[in-house]
Amino acid sequence: MSKYIAKRLLMMIPTLIGSAIFVFFLLRLIPGDVCELRLAGTGLYADPAEIALCQKNLGLDQPLFVQFLDFLWGYVVFDLGDSMWTGFPVVHEISIRFELSLQVAIMATAVAIMIAIPLGIISAVKQDTWIDYIVRAFSIAGIAMPSFWLGILIILGMLIITQAMWGEPWMPPIDYVPIWEDPVRNLSQLIWPAVATGYRYSAVATRMTRSALLEVLREDYVRTARAKGLMEKVIINRHALKNALLPVVTIIAIEFAFLMGGLVVTEQVFNLNGLGKLFVESVGAQDFNMTQQLVKLVVVIFIFTNLFVDIFYAWLDPRIRYS
Amino acid sequence: MLNTSEIEVESDFEELSEKRPFFQVFFELIRKQPLGAAGGGIVVLMILMAIFAELLTVFDPELNSLEHMLMPPDDTFWLGTDQFGRDLLTRIIYGARTALLVGFTCAIVGATLGLVLGVASAYFGGMFDLIVQRIVDVVMAFPLIILALAVVATLGPGTQNVIIAITIPFVPQCARVVRSNALAIREIPYVDAARALGFSDMRIILRHMVPNVMAPYLIMLTSFLGQAILLEASLSYLGMGVQEPTPAWGLMLQGGAEEFAESAPWVAIWPGIAISLAVFGFNLFGDSVRDTLDPKLRSR
Amino acid sequence: MKNFTAKLAISAVIGAGVALSGAFADAAPKRGGTLNYVVGSKIPSYDGHKETTFGMIHPIRPFYSTLIRVNPDNPADPSDFVCDVCEGDVPKGEEGGTKFTFKIRKDVKFHDGTQMTAHDVKATMDKIIFPPKGIPSARKAFFKAVESVNVDNDYQLTMKLKFPTGSFIPALALPFNFIYAKKDLDAHGYTWHTKNINGTGPFKFVQHQKGSFVEGVRNPTYHHKGRPYLDGIKAISAPKLAVRVNAIRGDRAAIEFRGFPPKHRDDLVKALGKKITVQESDWNCVLMATPNHKRKPFDDVRVRKALTLAIDRWGGSKYLSRIAIVKTVGGVVYPQHSFAANESELLKLAGYSKDIKASRAEAMKLLKDAGAVGKTIDFSNRGVDQPYKIVGTWLIDQWKKVGFKVKQRVQPSPQFYATLRKKKDFDVSIDFNCQSVINPIADITKFLTSAGNNYSQGGDAKADALYEKLLRSGDAKEQRALIRQYEKRVLDDASVAFITLWWYKINPHRSYVKGWKIAPSHYLNQHLDNVWLDK
Repeated sequence: MSKYIAKRLLMMIPTLIGSAIFVFFLLRLIPGDVCELRLAGTGLYADPAEIALCQKNLGLDQPLFVQFLDFLWGYVVFDLGDSMWTGFPVVHEISIRFELSLQVAIMATAVAIMIAIPLGIISAVKQDTWIDYIVRAFSIAGIAMPSFWLGILIILGMLIITQAMWGEPWMPPIDYVPIWEDPVRNLSQLIWPAVATGYRYSAVATRMTRSALLEVLREDYVRTARAKGLMEKVIINRHALKNALLPVVTIIAIEFAFLMGGLVVTEQVFNLNGLGKLFVESVGAQDFNMTQQLVKLVVVIFIFTNLFVDIFYAWLDPRIRYS
Repeated sequence: MLNTSEIEVESDFEELSEKRPFFQVFFELIRKQPLGAAGGGIVVLMILMAIFAELLTVFDPELNSLEHMLMPPDDTFWLGTDQFGRDLLTRIIYGARTALLVGFTCAIVGATLGLVLGVASAYFGGMFDLIVQRIVDVVMAFPLIILALAVVATLGPGTQNVIIAITIPFVPQCARVVRSNALAIREIPYVDAARALGFSDMRIILRHMVPNVMAPYLIMLTSFLGQAILLEASLSYLGMGVQEPTPAWGLMLQGGAEEFAESAPWVAIWPGIAISLAVFGFNLFGDSVRDTLDPKLRSR
Repeated sequence: MKNFTAKLAISAVIGAGVALSGAFADAAPKRGGTLNYVVGSKIPSYDGHKETTFGMIHPIRPFYSTLIRVNPDNPADPSDFVCDVCEGDVPKGEEGGTKFTFKIRKDVKFHDGTQMTAHDVKATMDKIIFPPKGIPSARKAFFKAVESVNVDNDYQLTMKLKFPTGSFIPALALPFNFIYAKKDLDAHGYTWHTKNINGTGPFKFVQHQKGSFVEGVRNPTYHHKGRPYLDGIKAISAPKLAVRVNAIRGDRAAIEFRGFPPKHRDDLVKALGKKITVQESDWNCVLMATPNHKRKPFDDVRVRKALTLAIDRWGGSKYLSRIAIVKTVGGVVYPQHSFAANESELLKLAGYSKDIKASRAEAMKLLKDAGAVGKTIDFSNRGVDQPYKIVGTWLIDQWKKVGFKVKQRVQPSPQFYATLRKKKDFDVSIDFNCQSVINPIADITKFLTSAGNNYSQGGDAKADALYEKLLRSGDAKEQRALIRQYEKRVLDDASVAFITLWWYKINPHRSYVKGWKIAPSHYLNQHLDNVWLDK
């Protein structure tokens, strides 16, 4: 086991370095830079000397490999540098957004589990009946709608309905308060995107629950249980579900990792100040350093989640042997 | 002597791959998978719409006629007009072309490149496999939308670049799944036997390995179709997608959904329904393909 | 939605709203409350001297004062400047307009409690005009005429110019010229203000939740006595237009200071009636279409002229003003300024005729003569909806109507600038001219051959000569006549670059917001000391 973990950790190193190279050079291929945007942004005449000065101050005049070594050196000395747009340290900029993204990811995952597991079970037990079809159509519909479109309609609907009911339109707060400061306000902002996202992400997990359960229900020990005359409910709860949930847990964990950085569109619609919005803004401002560190963060979250899932899997299921 | 053994080896593979005529699979699908058949129906409808766009409508999808801007649905403009006075039905019909172009190009190119990479990686193994898999690791560690955004930012928006940006993240996804299936085939002694018999690498790959990974390949391909259309819409929403005046559903939503959601709801509703229905159709269809081809297959 | 009487009702309410805001403007202001407002752009650093975006002005400006400012009670007048930290009236130039003496108020305190004196103003102006090596200053060029800034005593300051210029006072009133404390600059260096705030403005900085909001609280020692009326301000970041509009509707914010498209104004008024007040104004921003003179066939003046002849500006104004933040047909000068062309003068310019059929026939003839019929235009546009992409879609259609084929390339801002300024690989590009303080003689330089922001890579020697004459002219009537000739050269005869439509600023806000008056620029009148809430 420990040998396996060591091997997995070693294999992460090329991924980390590879993604660093990838994002570093991809960003530099994008034409334009943060200084032009800052100084010529209003269509005014921008003094080339001012632009050159700005580039010099940000180190953008250095040769690419120097910039790259500088970027890598940052990891050695634990200094992630400053945002090129605001000048504040990257860690400082990311921390508040990380908090929000983490909370939304947790809430959305909870919603996804609450939808996926019961629906998946129903769908498997009632396989190929109209109940199965409705459940599957419902779950696929969630992933079929463009999330921003759904979000716009949700907010507009809320405004219209609340005005019709109470005379004054209401919408969720548009700025973030940590949950320990004001839980009501916090939840009234984050519950909507969490439900919308959770519903979307439940589709894959519902499918996985259904097919995993179907597979397990065909196994010998379930047949034995049935032959013993146990009630169907008991069979499913006690015997089948436990084993069927393993792949479901995997898929939910991996989706969780993507939720941390991938809610780009949803965060725009609900004005959430999360990592996805920061990514869009950083790319839009050509804030190289911010974008690099943000992408690295998302990659790190992803590969560590994967690692934990695999280790968990290996530990749970002794049949899996790793060399 | 050599001939008979070749036939034997190949017939064994035939069994393994369970080849069935296409129409048989098709009818089985309708019988066993009514949802999938419904999805397939939606897809066929969309394809027909795209092919016969010119016959289905009398309007030009790109020509502005400002005097007709934001007309509600009526006898002339069945679904109303947009902010430039263009008939919405016409743009939705022509938009099916863009959607199918993006959906099929991304899915087919992405899945096929993934197939080639996955099979090659499994077959050759060793250093080649190691390097390819590390690259796959890198690309797969990015959320889809973030990777697509970064690529589009580099290349610039526009239909062609959007297709490239969506295709790139698909390749490693398919490669990973195909590889794990291909590895299983690789382990079977027949492959070594085929090699011992002096068959070329190319022949072994094409005749023996590729047919055996068709199931995961098709499953990945169909699941990419809907994803590609949705990604295109998301990129459009972020202003990085297909650009005016090309009729495209995501673009129609981006320009119209937010601004006219209330004062001219038809501008926001129809393209959204078109996207949802198309993706719904592709996903229903894809799910059924998955169920039919391999109920045990586990992939992300 | 098919109810057309609703539209009538809307326009009636808008009228009423404008009237109401006028009627209540003079009522006694109430104290207290926090003003929430939404900002559609992101905050760069806090340093006003370095930045150019309204994303910094809207949240940060209320923490600072400037030497003089646009009159907050009359921001529509482009020449009405009043003292902020100076005393009395804005000084008139002495010694032939080369010397300006400012008396500094004695009751101005920085938020950390220290007294503000003329030394602080000098340190600030020196940082803006003569920044030390390595320190950026975005508007240094505006003060090219300044020779020196001298402190006469603790409360008096003199500025000397190398030559007289009418652009000096408007430049001083720029909202970016935040006054910093000399001791902060001395103690912490010239970059301290990018991340720290210590001003003399009506509000004190409380906190900035990165990416989300900036909060300020009333400055009790503010030098304009009795102000500010508000207890606090909160500037909330909301990059998506729909979120900003909904925020006002759901009362998460009371106002947005940049401007909304007309449809959103109608939605808000329809939903909330009298609870919404609408202020509207012409906007000192204009969208241009700039041909690339170095690319064939746009090196041919006939082809360039055909581009402008194809554009139906009057028709476009009528329809686009219903869906976009553009409206007014105008020439090179901000339409409400006395130097701007009136309608009959405009009609004489190519592409401004009301007979669009005749214009387009002429365009097609020119194209035929030039052998450029059916040419494909590589059209570069900026990936911003309002108004760039909407006007872009309209322009494409206009050009198609004289036989051009158009391939549009829409790029996000940084890439768009790179194409416009560095790569220059476009046939025609959307271009814009967006100024804060209105100053026609400075604003029309964009067409000069030598101008750094003339992206056409061309120009017109005659127009350049006319401009030289204009600079030296002291007579308003002569200036106006010269601008007409200049306008005819750059927009018509030489077809250097084209004006499409001027922007139109629409600010629907909660009716309880009082005291704020719309200015012709989203950079102006943002110190918020005269704003109060009628709740």
